[in-house]
Amino acid sequence: MSSGLPGPAPTERPTPEGRRNKQGIRIDPEVEAEPATRRAVISVLVEHEPGVLSKVSGLFSRRQFNIESLTVGPTENDSRARITVVTEESDPGIDQIEKQLRKQIPVISVKELPENAINRELALVKVEAENPDQVAAVAEMYDANTVDACPETVTVEITGSRQKIAAAVETFERFGVHEVTRTGTAALARGSESTTDDTTPQSTNQ
Amino acid sequence: MSERASTAPTDGATGEATPAEDEEPPRPRTGATSVVEALENAGVEYCFGVQGGAIMPVYDALYDSQAVRHVTMAHEQGAAHAADAYGIVSGEPGVCMATSGPGATNLVTGIADASMDSDPVVALTGQVPTEFVGNDAFQETDTTGVTAPITKTNYFASGADTVGDDVSEAFGLAAAGRPGPTLVDLPKDVTQDETDHEPGPPTTPDTYQVTERADPSAVREAADTIEAANKPLLLVGGGVIKGDASEEVRQFANTYDVPVTTTMPAVGAFPEDHELALEMAGMHGTGYANMAITHTDCLVAVGCRFDDRLTGGIETFAPDAEVVHVDIDPAEISKNVKADYPLVGDAATVVTQLDEAMRATPETKKWRATCQQWKSEYPMDYATPDDEPLKPQFVVEAFDEATEDDAIVTTGVGQHQMWAVQYWQYTEPRTWVSSHGLGTMGYGLPAAIGAKVAAPDTQVVSFEGDGSFLMTMQELSVAVRENLDITVVVLNNEHIGMVRQWQDAFYDRRRMASEYHWCPDFATLAEGFGAKGITVAEYDEVADAITEALEYDGPAVLDCYIDPEENVYPMVPSGGDNGQFALEEGHL
Ligand SMILES: Cc1ncc(C[n+]2csc(CCOP(=O)(O)OP(=O)(O)O)c2C)c(N)n1
Ligand SMILES: [Mg+2]
Repeated sequence: MSSGLPGPAPTERPTPEGRRNKQGIRIDPEVEAEPATRRAVISVLVEHEPGVLSKVSGLFSRRQFNIESLTVGPTENDSRARITVVTEESDPGIDQIEKQLRKQIPVISVKELPENAINRELALVKVEAENPDQVAAVAEMYDANTVDACPETVTVEITGSRQKIAAAVETFERFGVHEVTRTGTAALARGSESTTDDTTPQSTNQ
Repeated sequence: MSERASTAPTDGATGEATPAEDEEPPRPRTGATSVVEALENAGVEYCFGVQGGAIMPVYDALYDSQAVRHVTMAHEQGAAHAADAYGIVSGEPGVCMATSGPGATNLVTGIADASMDSDPVVALTGQVPTEFVGNDAFQETDTTGVTAPITKTNYFASGADTVGDDVSEAFGLAAAGRPGPTLVDLPKDVTQDETDHEPGPPTTPDTYQVTERADPSAVREAADTIEAANKPLLLVGGGVIKGDASEEVRQFANTYDVPVTTTMPAVGAFPEDHELALEMAGMHGTGYANMAITHTDCLVAVGCRFDDRLTGGIETFAPDAEVVHVDIDPAEISKNVKADYPLVGDAATVVTQLDEAMRATPETKKWRATCQQWKSEYPMDYATPDDEPLKPQFVVEAFDEATEDDAIVTTGVGQHQMWAVQYWQYTEPRTWVSSHGLGTMGYGLPAAIGAKVAAPDTQVVSFEGDGSFLMTMQELSVAVRENLDITVVVLNNEHIGMVRQWQDAFYDRRRMASEYHWCPDFATLAEGFGAKGITVAEYDEVADAITEALEYDGPAVLDCYIDPEENVYPMVPSGGDNGQFALEEGHL
């Protein structure tokens, strides 16, 4: 038989006053609130080598980070690629995303871009062509180009912010939208500011 | 260890070759040659593995190496665990090798284990020739895909000219900063193709830099906080062992009168017989450690990752404490517990920085007295009634007494693991070798093999559960073949006991699939393997059996029939409040 150990029972022990929230932050238990989430655009410069994208995207699924979009493509330097990740997380979550990304060996730089950064997305929208003139008018309103047309459908290309694309798609819906494809956000820092984090050379890379 | 090229005797001390009278024409230099050279450059003396088609070129090149010896394991999981334990005990990356497909997938558990515990391991896997990759060729597995989330990084070797450097980088990265496993996948054409390239020594890529020293202003603030604390507590994590910071931590605790608790991987980092030692905290930690961690006002955590087995429910973890967190991996800072004072850097360096920054000793007399009082209130006592079966705690203590202070303990996973940590007094780093983060049953015996190979002059005792032993006992064949003088102690309760304990406490004693009803006779099995087998069931047999097992020159298995109803306490149920640890089932 297991007799257990001697000592005061749990109910006889002093207990501390304090408490932490789920993020491990000490809080006033009376005013506990979950940290709010926000949208962050993170630019990740990586070695252009096989497997990098799966390492980065695998990290997001494994650690249950939300991704709104993830784009990847070549850069000014042939040996490097840039990944732009848009995520919706709490501040501690965004901090973790950046640190975990930096731990990936092929990752060269991780930087959250400021709100004024240039964010662009491209969408192709295949619209019902019953009223081609009206479609063209809406397209013009959103600076969209008609890239393909046939008697049944017109396909337009829209470039812009996420909101602009969402608004355009919504407007086209009144004609009937057959198909939409969107690239996700690509972003660069504004002005002379660098999109690459060169202030902390991988000192945090583990 | 397998002997080949036996015409070329090695110099026993250095393993360096004396000139061989080899009449054969020189063999072509291949990618495999360069893989083996990379191992030699890294100072590898031993590797653990299992042969197979896709890795044959590497083994063939190993045939000519005088420096690297290979231990042929029974199963690749055993190879990975042996390499892991070798890494823990020696501080140098352990090496395991396997063929493609099933060889590589058999390594996976061991690699995941090393990843969770930040142990330095380099895995080399064979792969089908490049031209077949992607075709579902015989024994093809996407090894880099499978192991990406459980390695620090991995490589798919792309050519004979670069494969040696891939291996050198895998070594550099496995050991650098926060250690961990790396893997190089070696397509057969890459290792077979000829190359002139000679790989360099272990290296890390330019983009990989480790912060050694913490930001001095953060150190200043942390020191101020520690000075002002009334109830400071050092929480020592596995990083203190990996970073060889035990001495610095010991000095810091002594100088500033700060009590010390450890995580499970850090057992041995601080001597458990020290008056400031509270031993291990967490799920099965001591009552006094869990009281201290619950009531501290300043938790100085060094090299730990605040795993849930340590913290219990995060809401009630050290809820009054300001947290100073020293870690070499910035991603651990504020991952689970918010660090009020984040100190990114090497454990030994940062503890020294803290020491230099301290201007006063905190007033801890009252706090230390409280901790002492908890020690007497919550002793790790157990009774040994004559009319009941053998208590496992007794066996562990008897072994501790019978062995040297620096003896190495390895374990499987379950109740026996917890008794081995609770009732053995650890006083030196790298003497406790267990599976912490992954909790891998079957770790103990292959780990004992790796530990013994790393430290041939040190006693190695492996505590096993009957269930854990059944998972990897085939490695006994390796211990016998290599004549490794290790002692396996089966704390045999004929149950997968830890599960049975949880069922009793949380599932109304519905013992589904946790009772074996029958176990093989482990002593007879041991004899069949060519090892010594001994069975004990009575208290008065224990001492002689231990002597016999320890004196036997070679692997011995001591099968101890223990009380099948014995439970592990204290216990903080999963997600529970550390301060509310249970001392008996009624508390759960
Ligand atoms: C590979 C693996 N499978 C399953 C488990 C779940 N598990 C944890 S402890 C345990 C029981 C272990 O039994 P035994 O080795 O006899 O140890 P005991 O608890 O009886 O001392 C099991 C099944 C595990 N930890 N590892
Ligand atoms: Mg058992």
